[in-house]
Amino acid sequence: MTFNIFVLPFSLGFIFLLLTIFFRYRKWIKALEKEDRIRFSRGLHSRKFFLSLKEILFESLLHRKMFRKNPLLGYMHMTFAFGWFLLIILGNLESRIYSGWWINPPYYPIFMKFFIHDKHVLPFEIFTVPGFFRFSMDLVLVVILSGLVLAIIKRRRSRWFGIQRTTRLQLTDKVAMTCLWLIFPLRFLAESFTSGAYGYGGGFVTQHFGNLLAILYPFSDKSIAYGFWWFYSLSLGIFFVTLPYSRYMHIPTELLLILFRNFGIKHVKSFSAYADVEVFSCSRCGVCIDVCQLATANSILNIQSVYFIQSIRDRDVRADITMKCLLCGRCTDTCPVGINTDSLRLIERRNFAINQLPVQDYIPVSIREKAEIIYFAGCMTHLTPGIIKSMITIFKTADVDFLFLDEEKTICCGRPLMITGQEDQAAKMIGMNNHLIKTSGAKLLVTSCPICYRIFREEYKLDIEVLHHSQYILQLIRKGKIPLQAYFRNVVYHDPCELGRGSGVYMEPREVLEKVADVRSIINEKNRSLCCGGSLGILNIDRHQRDAIIHETLKTLMSGNPEMIATACPLCKKTLSKHSSVMVRDIAEIVCQAIPGTKYNPVAQLTKVI
Amino acid sequence: MGKSVIIIGGGIAGMEAAARIAAMGKEVILLEKSDQLGGHLRKWDRLFPTRRKSDEVFEYLSNGLNDKVTIRLNIKINKIKKDDRHFFVILEDGESLKSDALLLTTGYDLFEAGKKEEYGYGIYDNVITSADLEAMFRNSAEIKTSGNQKPRRVGFVHCVGSRDEKAGHLYCSKVCCVTGVKQAIEIKEKQPDTEIFCFYMDLRMFDRYFEDLYYEAQQKWGIQFIRGRLSESCENPDHSILVKVEDTLTGRPLKMTVDLLVLLSGFVPSSDTNKLADMLGLLPGSDGFLTPVDEHFRTNETQVDGLFLAGTVKGPATIENTITDARSAAISIIKYLEK
Ligand code: SF4
Ligand code: SF4
Ligand code: SF4
Repeated sequence: MTFNIFVLPFSLGFIFLLLTIFFRYRKWIKALEKEDRIRFSRGLHSRKFFLSLKEILFESLLHRKMFRKNPLLGYMHMTFAFGWFLLIILGNLESRIYSGWWINPPYYPIFMKFFIHDKHVLPFEIFTVPGFFRFSMDLVLVVILSGLVLAIIKRRRSRWFGIQRTTRLQLTDKVAMTCLWLIFPLRFLAESFTSGAYGYGGGFVTQHFGNLLAILYPFSDKSIAYGFWWFYSLSLGIFFVTLPYSRYMHIPTELLLILFRNFGIKHVKSFSAYADVEVFSCSRCGVCIDVCQLATANSILNIQSVYFIQSIRDRDVRADITMKCLLCGRCTDTCPVGINTDSLRLIERRNFAINQLPVQDYIPVSIREKAEIIYFAGCMTHLTPGIIKSMITIFKTADVDFLFLDEEKTICCGRPLMITGQEDQAAKMIGMNNHLIKTSGAKLLVTSCPICYRIFREEYKLDIEVLHHSQYILQLIRKGKIPLQAYFRNVVYHDPCELGRGSGVYMEPREVLEKVADVRSIINEKNRSLCCGGSLGILNIDRHQRDAIIHETLKTLMSGNPEMIATACPLCKKTLSKHSSVMVRDIAEIVCQAIPGTKYNPVAQLTKVI
Repeated sequence: MGKSVIIIGGGIAGMEAAARIAAMGKEVILLEKSDQLGGHLRKWDRLFPTRRKSDEVFEYLSNGLNDKVTIRLNIKINKIKKDDRHFFVILEDGESLKSDALLLTTGYDLFEAGKKEEYGYGIYDNVITSADLEAMFRNSAEIKTSGNQKPRRVGFVHCVGSRDEKAGHLYCSKVCCVTGVKQAIEIKEKQPDTEIFCFYMDLRMFDRYFEDLYYEAQQKWGIQFIRGRLSESCENPDHSILVKVEDTLTGRPLKMTVDLLVLLSGFVPSSDTNKLADMLGLLPGSDGFLTPVDEHFRTNETQVDGLFLAGTVKGPATIENTITDARSAAISIIKYLEK
């Protein structure tokens, strides 16, 4: 007997799920731009495919990133993902022994213990082939159940798992989650009751537990067991049917995302198939909530990436949620799925752009001078003339012939416009600046502002080298072009969002600073650094909310009682200065102060230890 | 034994309150952190709108301090404790002072102009604050630039650190407009060839005779008022200052070179006030200044029984208003002590 009516809920659900995934995959792949589709089919036949498989194993099944975040959390995710995966593989192999067919109906391995009762295998018979399978299937099942216990604990005590704030779930999520949680206990009970009723056929746990059940419920014969097989099948069936409409759609989607990413498919400016795949890959794990300073400093709990992405999925994108975000990149940095939440936000923001700012049309665009090196301070740096004065001192000390491109006529680099969705206006600025830079004939562009630096690199398509001043100063120091003397005690470095997470420049500013100061490290630094609170990407929070962020960030920075906060961004400098009890200086200023005999002394008040 | 009052802060409010309380026969201990009484008054030359010498006001205030007032200078406070009836002010050297009532007159600090970095204070030599200019007046020297030249053009920037969300202070500091106008006239009197420009958002000439001063500035002295907020300033190679202003009357951005730029720094709650408020459990208002229990009727009392406030600890005020407020505090304190 290899069929029973109870397998139907599972089988129908399974077919439904397979078809749904098939059609969704097809829709996404068809929606790719032509070049991306070529990338995709090429990718399938390249080494990248195997790299993707490896990534799937480590991330989607073993959940390596989750382990790094919190071992308990990692274990929980791994038991479900890898455990279930093993059950499928082992179950399929085991069922071959008994069926002898090449192809099984999918339900057969799942419900095998209902159909097969092998008396010849003892529960602890590990070293025969059927014994091995029976033993390991039981073992994996118990491990999954331990993960389930953790999952239940996590809903109440999320802090133990390194999570402060859990995600608010939707109804479909709750239904699917309940079914998922029921699947394995029901399987366990069905197998136990069955092997108990027969007196054989179970594994080392299910058999002994089943024997116990047989003593407790001697009258039941096999009817209780049969009931559990039904429930087991139903829970699987309902889970499969709700899956595409719940957070669990992330499981099949993430596989495609990994392929897309490894094959070189990227975000474009409008909402693409890639973006949609990212949206459906969000597992609503909520890891992005705890790192968001709007949550930690301001208890704003509806805008985080998890909710923003959900709003895209529900086709209910709202202006306030989309625009209320610092674009600090902390959530993108921490997302275990690797969703580029910042890019998604920028894409959606274009729909809500106010397009109010006047274009700086009145600025004449022309320069006559030519130079090898151009310096672009940026609008923000013009608000911190101390940085400009220091940079000029540094250029002069190193005897560099440079052209100060925006000395008088500043044209915005365009990024502040771009990140508030005003793409067209940004494009105008980019066009004007590009023209200026090209006509200067320069080979190197140095900027003091990480915001400019990022857009120069990402959007300008310049064919000359672009450096942030921290990188440029390091080059000059290495070439021995600027003599340095001063040594400052106990300085902490604040990584600007746009320079650090935004552009991946972490080491150069530190290396520069270490030449002239004793730099102390703190917990939240480099990719984990906090946002200064001055972000130009957010306009809909009030000054008290901004202040709360500044204070939170200053608190971490001040944890080691530094004498000075160093940073590499005019906006960070200005924002932190507002409430800082110690001096906040840009590394250019600190370097300038360290030049022996410098006439300009921006850090003069601080004790120098030479 | 007679009742006593400790007053923290020996500026205008502290001195006047001490004089009034002492005049009514109570013992007063007047604590001052610096080595002289008078606070900001001592740094000012002449006062608006009368142009009276600040030293005259100081003299008047000093004369009020009779032998019931014990003046303690160079004081650092470590802690303040209170039991049912008394306050104990514990100094840094461990000495404990006891009183029946406590009055806070810790005043204000001038906004650190360097925090508004785009204006270049501390970076460009020819950017100074109104306080720096006043020091020049006090020394009765000529007004000169860093290059020791008479400035041909001087700019005054209103609202530095006030009415500025980015600087964290939304309120108006009240007295800087008139101070600027007074100082502009004084430069003209000294050096009539100087051209003077004031960059303002709106002029707040709220008190008696202030408007007269403004008319005098325009009509008699030809001082030019340009409505617009300074966005930034840069230094020219000759160390003169290039200012960028959006002229909000014509709607055009405007650039101009001045030889000396004076920043009219506003009031901020003094750092000592913040520390003391912490010790005493007082919650500041949204602007950071301390708040009395009732803004209309109990303007000197606080939530803490026996603890009173007077003067600019409660926000920007003119000297005249500060003196009046100190007297009002004295009346409240006497009433409290005789209860
Ligand atoms: S965006 Fe990333 S971190 Fe946030 S819930 Fe989704 S998967 Fe988790
Ligand atoms: S980018 Fe920053 S502010 Fe925006 S949702 Fe992510 S963590 Fe929060
Ligand atoms: S008094 Fe005048 S200068 Fe001072 S803050 Fe008010 S408006 Fe600005």
